Amino acid sequence: MSDSTEDVRAYTVRLELVDEPGELLRALEPIADNGGNLLSIFHERGNVTPRGHIPVEVDLEATPERFDDIVDALREAGINVIQAGSHTYSESLTVVLTGHLVNTDLSNTLSRIQESTAANVTDLSLSAPEGTEDVSSARLRLATEEGRAASTLATVRDIAEEKDLRVIEPLMGGGAA
Amino acid sequence: MGAGAVGAAVANLAGEYGHTVVALADSSSAAVASDGSGGDDAGDGNGIDAAAALESKRAGEPLGEADPTDALEADYDALVEATPTTLGDAQPGFGHVERALERDRHVVLANKGPVAERFGEVRELEEQSAGTVRFEATVGGAMPVLSTIEDFDPDHIDAVRGVLNGTANFILSRMAAEGLGYEHVLAEAQDLGVAEADPTFDVDGTDAALKCVIVANVLAGDDREYTLDDAEVQGIEEIPGSALELATEDGQTIRLIGEVTPAGEVRVGPRLVPEHGTLAVTGTENIVQLETAHAGRLNISGRGAGGPETATAVLADAGRLPDL
Repeated sequence: MSDSTEDVRAYTVRLELVDEPGELLRALEPIADNGGNLLSIFHERGNVTPRGHIPVEVDLEATPERFDDIVDALREAGINVIQAGSHTYSESLTVVLTGHLVNTDLSNTLSRIQESTAANVTDLSLSAPEGTEDVSSARLRLATEEGRAASTLATVRDIAEEKDLRVIEPLMGGGAA
Repeated sequence: MGAGAVGAAVANLAGEYGHTVVALADSSSAAVASDGSGGDDAGDGNGIDAAAALESKRAGEPLGEADPTDALEADYDALVEATPTTLGDAQPGFGHVERALERDRHVVLANKGPVAERFGEVRELEEQSAGTVRFEATVGGAMPVLSTIEDFDPDHIDAVRGVLNGTANFILSRMAAEGLGYEHVLAEAQDLGVAEADPTFDVDGTDAALKCVIVANVLAGDDREYTLDDAEVQGIEEIPGSALELATEDGQTIRLIGEVTPAGEVRVGPRLVPEHGTLAVTGTENIVQLETAHAGRLNISGRGAGGPETATAVLADAGRLPDL
């Protein structure tokens, strides 16, 4: 490691945690394990997001390289990172994919979505009641930068079409009330 | 023209609205008032006995002794075109519209074909005629969708979206509520008479798309003409129950939504909408949201299909027609 100490900066990471025992600890471990110095934790216990998650704001110090590792480690641990440093994912959209998801390599589908859009897959639920050989459904939550939701959706449509999957899109442009 | 659920309901209710039925035709026969041909004005009170003609049809007999084409030449002020919607050339409905306008008579459409597939031609024929064409009943049954757009002025409506097919909505809301599969719920809907024996156009999105195309034609005015080919359409036949379960877990549900976007695209397909939101109507109910330029969002909901419901829209249109 060639980190110089003067390169250490303060960062704020905003997370959304599932309301379950041990979740907070699970979210903090990747920060400590990757050399982040925790400054403060603001656990908004009474403030639940529309999806029933609990927002947590973590202030920490780290070098830029280590900070990137921390964000990656958090995501690998399945923690929803809503905002990390200056990179803000301000729009979130949910799509449901249906079809032969498993046979068409779901993890490849997901990584292609991550690679070809400015979006992050922040949440995934798979339901395959008929077994993995049959038609299944997956709900994906994508966090995108502001104003990028429509183009992200278009890319998801293209990838799905290539794999003969159906996309059930969120209704864009209002209608959400 | 047309003596199915809608045509029959129009004939039955016309008297209540102060109209006289001078002819009633289906595809094989017609009942035409005896003084029908020859006179210039529709005689007052000299209509046919619509109830008797429909009773005869129910008994498997013809509506009357006349030929369907005789009805087109009858002495009417307004032709109500309620034959089944056809795609492509929209015949025979389009021909009926053409003949009535050539005779300088009004046309009230319940048949979507002519205004979804040949809107420009209908408008041209109307321009050359003393008659007027109205088609409120083609979009959203009893709901005043097109007349509201007309009142607000199409230039002041930015986008329109909604649930425009009761059968598809019934299937999706039952699948979500009961955790049942598509085929099961479709069979149940057919038993209840909610879905037709051949529900293809309802579940593959065609019916909702035709309605959106008509709305798009009205919004675009002379700028652009839409047909079904301009619509991006996806149906609900391939939606597994697991998709609805995943949506519900997230506080959402799936509805077949038709839209005319601000960019003028026509799209119909299953969409995620908030489970308890305005658009998540249940059963066969329909809803349309208008995005207005200066007045925010307007919701219109109600019964989007059915004989008396659609006839109500037809007769409301008849009341809006100018004197000939």
